[in-house]
Amino acid sequence: MTARANTIYGATWFDTLAAWVLAVLWILPLAYAVWTAFHPAEYATRFDLAAPWTLDNFRHAWEAAPFARYFLNTVLLVAIILAAQLVLSTLAAYAFARCEFRGKNVAFALVLVQLMIMPDILLVENYKTMGRLGLVDTLTAIGLPYFASAFAIFLLRQTFMGIPKELDEAARVEGASALQVLWRVYVPLARPVYTAFALVSVSFHWNNFLWPLIITNSVESRPLTVGLQVFSSVEQGVEWSIITAATLMSTAPLLIGFILFQRQFVQSFMRAGIK
Amino acid sequence: MYASPNAGASQRAVHAWLLLLPALALLVAFTHWPAVATLIDSFHSTPRGARPAEWVGLENYVVMVEDPVFWQAVRNNLWFASATIPLSIGLALLMALWVNERMAGRTLVRMAYFTPTVLPMIAVANIWLFFYTPQYGLLEQFTGALGLPSRNWLGDPSTALACVTVVAVWKEAGFFMIFYLAALQTLNPSLKEAAAIEGASRWYFFRRVQWPLLMPTTLFVLINAVINAFRLVDHIFILTRGGPDNATTLLLYHLYEVGFKFWDTGYAAAITVVLVAVLASVALVQFFVLDKRVHYK
Repeated sequence: MTARANTIYGATWFDTLAAWVLAVLWILPLAYAVWTAFHPAEYATRFDLAAPWTLDNFRHAWEAAPFARYFLNTVLLVAIILAAQLVLSTLAAYAFARCEFRGKNVAFALVLVQLMIMPDILLVENYKTMGRLGLVDTLTAIGLPYFASAFAIFLLRQTFMGIPKELDEAARVEGASALQVLWRVYVPLARPVYTAFALVSVSFHWNNFLWPLIITNSVESRPLTVGLQVFSSVEQGVEWSIITAATLMSTAPLLIGFILFQRQFVQSFMRAGIK
Repeated sequence: MYASPNAGASQRAVHAWLLLLPALALLVAFTHWPAVATLIDSFHSTPRGARPAEWVGLENYVVMVEDPVFWQAVRNNLWFASATIPLSIGLALLMALWVNERMAGRTLVRMAYFTPTVLPMIAVANIWLFFYTPQYGLLEQFTGALGLPSRNWLGDPSTALACVTVVAVWKEAGFFMIFYLAALQTLNPSLKEAAAIEGASRWYFFRRVQWPLLMPTTLFVLINAVINAFRLVDHIFILTRGGPDNATTLLLYHLYEVGFKFWDTGYAAAITVVLVAVLASVALVQFFVLDKRVHYK
């Protein structure tokens, strides 16, 4: 029966062909960039299988702008944001999942507001706030609006609610405090969700651009995306092959991570999307 | 504090609020307060030098209504939304249906679809800028080989917005595919067998079985696509900077220019209010209309 269903609804040769054509189209711009970045400038737009391969473009790009500093900034930024998000949303999610108190629904609704009205839109006011706090042009300022994540709170609350209450009560009988229960029972059981959220958060903040662009104005605090934009938009006639090399370089950690952990990535995004 | 059960309850409530406090304080400081402050600021003039902001009523909104660039941004954004939303969702569904089947090189195909999602929009834009470059770009080499006349795809107001839209669809489709794929994998395989026994055509099976069962996923993806249509502007900074002739200025990009290039924060607040209103209405539609309709249980 299954065989028959598959012959009727399974992939025909036409499906396979069409899927492959679309896949090639999809990867083409990236493949083109890879070609350009690894070949001398004169082959940037010319295809020749005999063209020599080179890493010079990467070397030039690395020397032309403080990419090492940008990398450091981005790594720090992503780590700080993720750490803050995990701690704050674990505490909040636990309160929403397991505590009864007046105003709980109102508080939860207030949290959900952020799912729709993201800090990305409220640039002008948040810039003013950072100005008042004297934080303009710091890594803290880039991260602060994202420390509390409605998405993480929501995700963890759903997970915590699915954990049997008996485990909680058993630990309480043993004399564990609320925070100990949270740390010893809830957090370990929710580990896959933490991984999923971490991957989504890291790739979001590694790629974030508009807010960091506005709030930073020096090399010391610029993340990679902003550094890359500054590098490639200055009308100084930087060669294409060097710009593409810089582009690939700044996405390399994510790209390599994605290729190595493809399955986990895809599953994490799936898990994060299913509510 | 007289009755012990009450005391216990109020103590637990205090604990709960303490757990919530850090997250809630930050949310209020960087989401709720700025949203309210934006509304207040939109009724005030922009403070300049020694002159503080003063109440001007609806003046910023009058400026907005009379600003041709604003209306162009609204038109562009509606165009951008009405192209990216159906295209990215349609492609995502098609990709998911393909990748869900057993076929040669499935993993590679899935990776090709999903890769753009992992890349930063800024990097994506750099890659595509090169792709669109007049004379040298890959697109020009293709059209040139076909004997078509050379054109400046990003420099021409009639094609620039379409180019920008293609980039957004390219970036988003693989992301949405994942959600469809997840949903397809939870569908019961015996549905397929039953339909095959009944002799239903493949299209009929999709239209009557798969599509209705995927409705909650479609809603989730749709909401995300709508939000992204008003939020995705990073690539504009690299590809066109809103040009030529504001042909690719989207609302959020216009907000950036008014707020951080012309530093007219009063007017920028008014534009923010419009954007917040758009997103809030998306939320309300989701809550009160769509959520009731899609659940088939």
